[in-house]
Amino acid sequence: MSNSCGHSHNDGQKHELRIEGLNVSYRSELALKDISLQASCGRSLALVGPNGAGKSTLLKAIAGLVKRRSGSVTWDGKDTLKCRGGEFSYLPQHDEVNWNFPITVRGVVEMGRYPQLGAYKKFGEDDRIAVEEALEMMEMDGKLARRQISELSGGQKQRAFIARAVAQRAHVLLLDEPFSGLDHDHTANLSRLLRSLAAEDRLVIASHHDLGTLTDIFDDVMILNREVVASGSCAEAFTKENLNQAFSHRINE
Amino acid sequence: MSEFMDIIGMPFFRRALVAAALIGFTNGFVSGFVLLRRSALSLGALSHTMLPGIVLVVLITGSLTQVGAFLGSMIAALMVGLSAMVVSRGSKIPQGTALAIFYTTAFALGRVMLDYVSTGEDLEGWLFGSILSVGDADLYVFFGIAAITLLGSSLLMRPLLLTLFEPSVAVVQGVPVRWMNYFLFTLMVMALMASFQAVGAVLSIGLLVVPGAIVAMFTNSTRWLFWGGGVIGSVGAVSAVLLSVLLNIPTGPAIVVVLGGLFLIAYLISPTSGLRKTLTSKG
Repeated sequence: MSNSCGHSHNDGQKHELRIEGLNVSYRSELALKDISLQASCGRSLALVGPNGAGKSTLLKAIAGLVKRRSGSVTWDGKDTLKCRGGEFSYLPQHDEVNWNFPITVRGVVEMGRYPQLGAYKKFGEDDRIAVEEALEMMEMDGKLARRQISELSGGQKQRAFIARAVAQRAHVLLLDEPFSGLDHDHTANLSRLLRSLAAEDRLVIASHHDLGTLTDIFDDVMILNREVVASGSCAEAFTKENLNQAFSHRINE
Repeated sequence: MSEFMDIIGMPFFRRALVAAALIGFTNGFVSGFVLLRRSALSLGALSHTMLPGIVLVVLITGSLTQVGAFLGSMIAALMVGLSAMVVSRGSKIPQGTALAIFYTTAFALGRVMLDYVSTGEDLEGWLFGSILSVGDADLYVFFGIAAITLLGSSLLMRPLLLTLFEPSVAVVQGVPVRWMNYFLFTLMVMALMASFQAVGAVLSIGLLVVPGAIVAMFTNSTRWLFWGGGVIGSVGAVSAVLLSVLLNIPTGPAIVVVLGGLFLIAYLISPTSGLRKTLTSKG
């Protein structure tokens, strides 16, 4: 897969996502408190924490989708609120999708090419190849690609949407629970894909709830419970004490 | 029958037919967006809200013009929509309930204000339309609305569909989602305004919802959804105007009855959705 986001790494310099002192609040309640993070491309980072810890909110904040109360989020020195050219691809949890939308799996994945195409550019050979590859990677090619999304199972829907995120060939992938709904084989398949994306010098950030598989898939981890409990490489930060600290709140509730 | 032919030959009736074709097409085309946006319910609120907006403009300016009607309905719709949002955010009242409170109140206010208006238009016309009384100037406006709708949505189709499908992803991909939503809102207000004339405040939502729903019974293509909706809206409205003269029934209601009947037929015969689907999936 070629790097089509216009950045080269020839000079050996990595692009960096930098979060400093980020606070996000919903109404009066603080959803994220004083988050700081540095992550560079070529790595994969898992966000871990109990329900309501702010994993989805942090992904949204990186994507520039929620208002910050204070702090900064920059990619390559630029505020991510201004990164709208396809540098980021985002996989939300799909509560807002109209499942009766008349569109095929291929149609969904083709939407991933909008940053390259804009409103008017013709769908070209590059786009066709990117879409086909993404479909194959998620095993949604062939007959499945022609299905209406209303006819898909939960796991198939998830795979179609991951394929859309991949087809965009973005520099940074922000994935909210990408493994949810996937069966054993497709979980293994997606694990391989995430590792290969990081190996291609992309930055993968994903919320993840399966603590058993985490270290096999991701390089780094951020343990989160509204504030950062621990952050670093899996070897350093993914410890029992840190997890206990993050998840103990749930017991108290 | 000769009486029927006489009426058909008259200029006012030809104007009504052209108006029906244009209004039906615009509304049918936009109904595709309404369907994808799942916003039929709030549009019902919008259409009722337009009444006090338009009446107020007439009260202030002393006459009913298309521009005035457009501004009046736009402002009224925004006020009701925003008020409902503010109230539901700051209290336990769900947004749907807040919207229902505001739009019924607005509609009732509009009806009260109607008593102070003298435009020669009767209550029946305001509530159920008066397509038989459109003038030449109105036709240009309807044509303009149809042209803007077609041109604008064709040019912006790709970002519009992404916005409708999953707005948060569209934002990150660089789609100007907020502007697309403003544009869609404007299209819907314009379509409602046109159908206000044809079928009135109470029934206008029917013209803006039914055609797309009929087409959706038969197709999985968004392109067909819009163009098919336009054709069905147009054909349905024109044939209803003819029928209304033939059977001597009120025109506005005839349009909605015809469209409702077409929907029922579509529901009964559609191979992919509707009754046959329901029966086969059970059996």
